[in-house]
Amino acid sequence: MKILVCISCVPDTTSKISFTDNNTKFNSSGIQYIIGPYDEYALSRAIELKEAHGGTVTVIHVGLADNEPIIRKALAIGADDAIRINAHPHDAWFVANEIAAVAASENYDLILTGRESIDFNGGLVHSMLGELLNLPSLSPVMKLDINGKMALVAREIEGGKEYIEIALPFVAGCQEPIAEWKIPNMRGIMSAKTKPLKVVEPSVHKINTQTLSYELPPAKGACKFIDPSTPEQLIELLKTEAKVL
Amino acid sequence: MSVLVFAEGSEGQIKNSSLEAVSYAALLAEKLNGKAVATVIGSYTNEALSAIGKAGVTKVLHVADEKLAKPMAMPYASVLAEIAQRENAEVVLLPRSSLCDSIAGRLAKKLDASIATGVTELPDISSGFRVKKSIYTGKAYAWIELTSKVKILTLAKNAVAPMQKDSAISVEQLQISVPDGDMAARITQTEKATGDILLTEARIVVSGGRGLKGPENWHLVTELAKALGAATGCSKPVSDMNWRPHHEHVGQTGVKVSPDLYIAIGISGAIQHLAGVNTSKYIVVINNDADAPFFKAADYGIVGDAFQVVPKLIEAAKKLK
Repeated sequence: MKILVCISCVPDTTSKISFTDNNTKFNSSGIQYIIGPYDEYALSRAIELKEAHGGTVTVIHVGLADNEPIIRKALAIGADDAIRINAHPHDAWFVANEIAAVAASENYDLILTGRESIDFNGGLVHSMLGELLNLPSLSPVMKLDINGKMALVAREIEGGKEYIEIALPFVAGCQEPIAEWKIPNMRGIMSAKTKPLKVVEPSVHKINTQTLSYELPPAKGACKFIDPSTPEQLIELLKTEAKVL
Repeated sequence: MSVLVFAEGSEGQIKNSSLEAVSYAALLAEKLNGKAVATVIGSYTNEALSAIGKAGVTKVLHVADEKLAKPMAMPYASVLAEIAQRENAEVVLLPRSSLCDSIAGRLAKKLDASIATGVTELPDISSGFRVKKSIYTGKAYAWIELTSKVKILTLAKNAVAPMQKDSAISVEQLQISVPDGDMAARITQTEKATGDILLTEARIVVSGGRGLKGPENWHLVTELAKALGAATGCSKPVSDMNWRPHHEHVGQTGVKVSPDLYIAIGISGAIQHLAGVNTSKYIVVINNDADAPFFKAADYGIVGDAFQVVPKLIEAAKKLK
């Protein structure tokens, strides 16, 4: 089985977000970059599927050379090879078009992404890829098992889940608990250094949005504390002051 | 020129988030001097559809095909693309949901449209078409310019307040055939808690964390939620330990909620949890640790033992009715 996993490079979930240059640029000082958490679930499941059914796992990333450490981490976790499309990931449409251009001739059995990136939270790349490659797409996928040419998928819906049968190949946007994250071991880290990482230049160059500026939410006021011996006062305040009850 | 809005339903009723989208469509159409049109897919009674008129859009296109009774992103995207072209739609609006996220990307390709997800207010059309969207999981916003002729927006909760109008709808029944390839995914089973208030739709959410010590104590959360007409949520450790189902997990990698009121019981407020709730209008934190980071994000707080405090809250909440 031939699996492609698309990974994004995003600020660590504990990052304090701020902007510079009159709120037109992300302030990356002190920020630690990681594989998108949802993408890492996708990667972990891809590696489990490879272990169970054989095959290869390729990771693909749209980003500049600065992001290579997270690609090496994906290789250390267990991917066999990697492709970096050498461009700033301008928007979801750009990323999906560039990945689709590479994937079109490769006949992957499965293309996995995270359900969304945690920087722009678009949640679009999986369905755009599906449409561009003329493949079905499903998201958010929380369970994915393969049985021959068929896949059994559980997709989270509001208030529950639905189970789906679908033939390979298709695209899935993944989320927990599809797999446990894998910690790279020493052998993985050593072998990652020599695994193939191919750099290709972007070929489609399609964009249809421009990010103009950023804003932070207004600061929260101070918390109003209520005496724990009279919690009914809280209900009163929520009714008369906040007017939400 | 028209503004097309997809109104999504649940259990035969139009969802609140969709009614917000309908009102957004009405306001935007007025701004753009166009007309607003709503589309529903699946089986709805005229009474259920009348909610769309009350929210501000009177023209409703109803695709009641039996094959499309279960919500599926691929055929729904094809239906919406055909209707958007037929109605000469320059803006297509969708509420934000797991279904609509999957529709949106396919629709963007089909309509060659610019797209922004999680839009939080009406666009600025004074120069170009600019929208404000939530980024970094609610930690910031970005202003984005959409440069294509056709624009698709998915809306964050509370992007506008739903209108309360007294207008009657005119419903047109449509037949639209979808390609066989769109039916590649076969839904074999759906597990859904019926009758519960959906977490993403709820005006009030009551959530519990590890401070509640075990699933056997969850009646504190569910009883308070019931008394307040709220949905129930939980922190990530709680769903990881299987005290509660995953669809209740609120946070960075779980469900993001924006209710009017979020009540957190026994949740310390790790930054990943805050990312899922930080767009709530009011946050109440109940925790026995005065140093819990959640209090910094709270509007109201009680430092105290949940097992003492919450039963009293439940009593007080019951008296509200």
